[in-house]
Amino acid sequence: MKKYELKLNRRNFLKNSAMLGVSTIAPGVFFQELAYGRALDEPASPKIRWGMLINTNQCTDECDACVTACNEEHGIEDFGRPTTDTQWIRKITLTEELSKKSISVPMMCQHCENPPCVDVCPTGASFIRDDGIVLVNKHTCIGCRYCMMSCPYKARSFVHENLENQLPHTPRGKGCVESCNLCVHKIDNGENNTACAEACQKDGHQAILFGDLNDEESDISKQLKKYATKEVRSDLGLNTAVRYRGI
Amino acid sequence: MRDKTEYMVVEFSKAIFLYGIVALSLIGLGLFSFITLEHEGHWLTGMNNQVVWGLPHVFAIFLIIAASGILNIASISSVFNIKIYKPLGRLSALLAICLLTGGLIVLVLDLGRPDRLVVAMTTFNFKSIFAWNIFLYSGFMAVIAIYLWMMFEARYNKFIGKVGAFAFAWRVTLTTGTGSIFAFLVAKEAYGALSAPLFIALSLLMGTAIFYKILFWMDRGLGVPLGAEIISRFRKLLIYFIFTVLYITVLAHLTSLYITKNHDFEFFLLFSENIYTFLFWVGQIGLGTIIPLVILYNKKLSKSAFGILLASILVILGGFIMLYIIIISGQAYPLDLFPGYNESSTFYDGAISAYTPSIYEVMLGLGGVGISAAIYIFAIMVLDFTPKNLGDEYTLGKEYKEKLIQNED
Repeated sequence: MKKYELKLNRRNFLKNSAMLGVSTIAPGVFFQELAYGRALDEPASPKIRWGMLINTNQCTDECDACVTACNEEHGIEDFGRPTTDTQWIRKITLTEELSKKSISVPMMCQHCENPPCVDVCPTGASFIRDDGIVLVNKHTCIGCRYCMMSCPYKARSFVHENLENQLPHTPRGKGCVESCNLCVHKIDNGENNTACAEACQKDGHQAILFGDLNDEESDISKQLKKYATKEVRSDLGLNTAVRYRGI
Repeated sequence: MRDKTEYMVVEFSKAIFLYGIVALSLIGLGLFSFITLEHEGHWLTGMNNQVVWGLPHVFAIFLIIAASGILNIASISSVFNIKIYKPLGRLSALLAICLLTGGLIVLVLDLGRPDRLVVAMTTFNFKSIFAWNIFLYSGFMAVIAIYLWMMFEARYNKFIGKVGAFAFAWRVTLTTGTGSIFAFLVAKEAYGALSAPLFIALSLLMGTAIFYKILFWMDRGLGVPLGAEIISRFRKLLIYFIFTVLYITVLAHLTSLYITKNHDFEFFLLFSENIYTFLFWVGQIGLGTIIPLVILYNKKLSKSAFGILLASILVILGGFIMLYIIIISGQAYPLDLFPGYNESSTFYDGAISAYTPSIYEVMLGLGGVGISAAIYIFAIMVLDFTPKNLGDEYTLGKEYKEKLIQNED
């Protein structure tokens, strides 16, 4: 029978204490970093791809909480001129031609992996961030509207009016083109949700789910695996980050 | 070969005064429109989030493709070596610069941020045909400047052929670039790769018609006699190009009609009760194609300078209407995001968008025309662009004498 002896010498004591210390502090440091996302001066990571899953079965025609929340979050005003007023997110009512069944669908920039707006932009103001968010650089947009011509989702608006009191986190201005930015300021703050998704959750519809499409453990990835979902105009091969259930 | 044509610097006259007043007034209107839009925003125009390119773009593209086409007259003389066009070479190159400048200015002044022109000239995304066009347009100016230099400097006349061939290739590429703006739109049924050849054909037609209009004005206003031979040549050119444009138009629509998913758009454009159907049949086909052809084949009118002028004006009108239809109807027709469903929303999904150009767009577009005209007037008054005589006895030379002898016999 083997004898167990307690060999506690100074060297082992120091070694074990150090290991204990590291294993106590390290998770704290590590998890804290995860919880706070990346630092603001750190570039977006290509390991993440932000996206949305919209369950049209849970979306109702009467509710426009997502639209109101988006307008509030980004300071989008209504000038009472519907043809030129900006809309980042809109509700489309779809009626099936055969059965006349009606569905309500929130529609916004689909954050394509191969965005036509980025291809056609002469100055490169339309760009896609490493984490998959399609944005407009408001410093280099010349307002040519070629991106609006090329967008298959009619997701972009041109600012036709003089704007005042814009919000610091959403730079906007007359003469530039803009569209849904997936609440990039909230992502960069580590909130990792969008105003529309939050509003939809608050209203109890739970129709909009936001998350990281690259993370297999995220809710959005699990749901995408579990249910049949659809990419709008999948025939164009753009690989959109916004997917739909129920259409 | 040396150019033996006699040229003149045009002196101030009543015709110049009238032309100048018109040009400057148009520039004034354009400037007023630009300042107003820059100050108030684009909501004053008829353009909106559905129809994002409107009348200013029709004017701009019209002027740009006409610029490319009007250089064709110089190409015929220096590349294809047909001597009768030689006296028109300098004017042809000058008019190309005038029209291109006018068109580009309209395009720039309609931008949401025209103050950022310097950004557009320094920051490029080379996957965008727009970025390429910036090089094609500015390069075109440089090539024409060299072309003109070769034409003006007698010692360098021998290089005209080579420079002309290069300018010819550049011009075809430029119009391809302009047409491709529409060819590269993934989701719109209205546009396809045929836009590029269609724009080239249309550019040749517009260039010829505008050039003829100016030759007629030179004859009546500046006293530069226009011979029957040049008139008859322009008549033939107009006929060739009308048929080329018609051929590509028919081809584009037939191809599109064959594809089931394009039926809705084609019926919307060709056989519905809307402004585009009216403009297509009455404007483009009736006024812009059939009536000019009737005039050009009419026994009396086809031989008169005025008949050809009438045909040219109708052709210009038809070409402008054609561009209007191409640019606007393709945007007014809704995108089909969800095939199999009827769509409706507060953002006009599934609806045919209304577009009525506002007076500001008309003024901005006319401003571009005014700029083209003003540069032309200024240039012919300071340099010898204008041939002294375009009568048959000057343009035909030996051939004319032979013809006279034949007629006497």
